[in-house]
Amino acid sequence: MIGTIALLLGFQLAGEVAVRLLGVPVPGPVAGMLMLFAALAIRGAVPEEVATVANGLLAHLALLFVPAGVGIIAHTGRLEGLWPVLLVVLIASTLMAVAVTAVTLSAMRRLQRGRGGS
Amino acid sequence: MSELFEIWVYLAERPLVWLTVTVLVYWAAHRLYLQCNELALLNPVLIAVVALVGILVATDTEYGTYFEGAQFVHFLLGPATVALAVPLYGQAHRLRRMGLPLALALIAGSVTAVVSALGIGWLLGLESDVLRSLMPKSVTTPVAMGISEQIGGLPSLTAVLVILTGITGAVLAMPLLHLLGYGPEDATAKGFALGVSAHGIGTARAFQHSEEAGAFAGLGMGLNALLTALLVPLIDALVVAF
Repeated sequence: MIGTIALLLGFQLAGEVAVRLLGVPVPGPVAGMLMLFAALAIRGAVPEEVATVANGLLAHLALLFVPAGVGIIAHTGRLEGLWPVLLVVLIASTLMAVAVTAVTLSAMRRLQRGRGGS
Repeated sequence: MSELFEIWVYLAERPLVWLTVTVLVYWAAHRLYLQCNELALLNPVLIAVVALVGILVATDTEYGTYFEGAQFVHFLLGPATVALAVPLYGQAHRLRRMGLPLALALIAGSVTAVVSALGIGWLLGLESDVLRSLMPKSVTTPVAMGISEQIGGLPSLTAVLVILTGITGAVLAMPLLHLLGYGPEDATAKGFALGVSAHGIGTARAFQHSEEAGAFAGLGMGLNALLTALLVPLIDALVVAF
């Protein structure tokens, strides 16, 4: 377990260093994710211990967003009066983005499969 | 009684209290969610945030004090994001075949998320600095705040809007996709849509569905962070030009 924690922290650190060196607009951990993906692809397999720890951490990913979510409390005052409009915009826009992404993906895959079959 | 109060005063100063309360409240919210047949409105992040805000208001606690404890949970977001590579690698054999459909879905979803927020917000009469803060709302917080700052939005407002977008997606995306006819077997499309439109909180929701949905959500989140960072300054410049 310690080995995997060191691995994850190491790739996060490497990601932070990489985005600063290259000046790309991506958070360090996302760059770290891509680098770990590349490392796994080169190695050709996921060590069992790494899979166990990673999946354990991700099973409760939702918990990790709670402290940032509570941060809303620090911003309630300044948005007074804007809340109803902002909520309408967020709900409408998020639903549209979800629908468009999912429908585009399934339509393209159907098209691809159809062409492959003929 | 006064002794108890002294103990509270002592403990309230330590990180342990708010760390414990955060984990306990989330655990209870997660139990409630499971017991109510995973009712969408009882999303554990939503319920835990509402309950904790209530507790902080009731005990007159500043967010800064709370975060001193909660930061230990918050910190794990970094390693957890790196860990997304593991389920993604599990889908690697499908990624090559799906490259083009994924790229097109990403572009369509990303543009929709930005342009719809801008358009609907403008129609409802929002000011331009609020509109600029809204545009990057579908991507992960650090990227969204950076974009917002770059185009003249309010980064701290963007941070709040990003969280609310994530919770909105986590609560409403699955019921919407169900209405659109997506079943339990469509984990790929559901997960990718959640990650593109509702970043990490959507990804957390996707992992509750299945590991496959979570893998594609993590991919969608990462790719959309990159695309939105390129897209929003471009759209902003276009809008200003007209």
